[in-house]
Amino acid sequence: MNRSAMDLWVGVFVAMGIAAMLFLALKVGNLLTLDGTPGYQLEARFDNIGGLKLRAPVKAAGVVVGRVESVRLDPKTYEAVATLRIDRMYEFTRDTIASINTSGVLGEVYVGLDAGGDPVMLKNGDRIMKTQSAVVLEKLIGQFLFDKAAEGGKAGQGEKAKEAEGTKK
Amino acid sequence: MSVEVAQGLAYWLRRLGSAVTGGLAKLGYAARFLVAVLWHSPQAFRRIHLTLREVYFAGVLSLVIILMSGMFVGMVLSLQGYETLKRYGSDEQLGILVALALVRELGPVIAGLLFASRAGSAITAEIGLMKTTEQLAAMEMMAVDPLARVIAPRFWGGIISMPLLAALFSAFGVFGGYLVGVRLIGIDEGAFWGQMKAGVDVWPDVTNGIIKSVVFGIAVSLIAVFEGYDSKPTAEGVSTATTRTVVISSLTILALDFVMTAFMFRGGGV
Repeated sequence: MNRSAMDLWVGVFVAMGIAAMLFLALKVGNLLTLDGTPGYQLEARFDNIGGLKLRAPVKAAGVVVGRVESVRLDPKTYEAVATLRIDRMYEFTRDTIASINTSGVLGEVYVGLDAGGDPVMLKNGDRIMKTQSAVVLEKLIGQFLFDKAAEGGKAGQGEKAKEAEGTKK
Repeated sequence: MSVEVAQGLAYWLRRLGSAVTGGLAKLGYAARFLVAVLWHSPQAFRRIHLTLREVYFAGVLSLVIILMSGMFVGMVLSLQGYETLKRYGSDEQLGILVALALVRELGPVIAGLLFASRAGSAITAEIGLMKTTEQLAAMEMMAVDPLARVIAPRFWGGIISMPLLAALFSAFGVFGGYLVGVRLIGIDEGAFWGQMKAGVDVWPDVTNGIIKSVVFGIAVSLIAVFEGYDSKPTAEGVSTATTRTVVISSLTILALDFVMTAFMFRGGGV
């Protein structure tokens, strides 16, 4: 095998390899969508963020408009503070409601934004005042069971009381 | 009686000790060998055609097996993944499953294993045979350092080839997954690519896969050239060295993969 043919093959190989890396970065990964594009920050406080993770999507009307940048606990109010980085293309009204939703039963957790009608728009570093916490399934089930148990307990007590009356007579 | 027991015990302890010191000595030798190879590496780049030749032998000639395996692994992943995801009614997540499995784990690891058995063994056999036929000694006689002329180009050829092969493996795997998932099974094409894009991040997923493949490339190349250089100059020695290259590289890849995965993906959650 002479040298120029070998160089050609190596060139083809390296070009293919780099093309594969670009394919993985652009087509499989999301290098050009939202990541790296500088956006502005919004802050939202929730009583409970459920399973919200870093880098979870922020969606408005189902469209991804940003990502969750950080999540921390306010040590004084014990509220979860989520910092959202929103794409500069999108602006939201000051009365926007941020809620924590789950797509599907087992799907990913995301922050949903519902814009209101306020003429004033949110700026970098502003806080979203109206928030709706995550629905924690375990709590709901727990509440349901507790209610059932309370009902059952009351019914049981009523019967006992009747029985007691019966023995008196 | 008790003297015999003590002697037997001493015998086994001595064997254990010699195994440990022997292993340590070899590890130290390999580390010094690595330093020597790195020291001679500038010459491998000064005469770049030597390294390019090794990229050709290690990389270009491994292309067929890597691309075919990548494609079949992607296709099988797609078939198996679909069967499982269908039970939960989330078969549109197939794109994420295939892409993440390939980019994070299977791409670097299987490409590394194939590379070790396809190219690593060839490098070891070549160097071992050069040593057996005293070509390395002849080079030294002519004041040509075999480390610079033979070892370093092969070492760097392997390191350059491996990440490219792993990326090609993953890319063809994703393509194979696409063929089976979208063309054969009939998942929505937009959902397949869209979910994949939403679920796979360049950082950490793709970059960590590339870091893994670079580390595997260094490990396999070092083991291959070291085993060849260290082989006994007999026919049997070369065959043993070649086998050792494949076995040790494969085990090293799997062990390194576990360690790196533990550090890289310790749950990026809150």
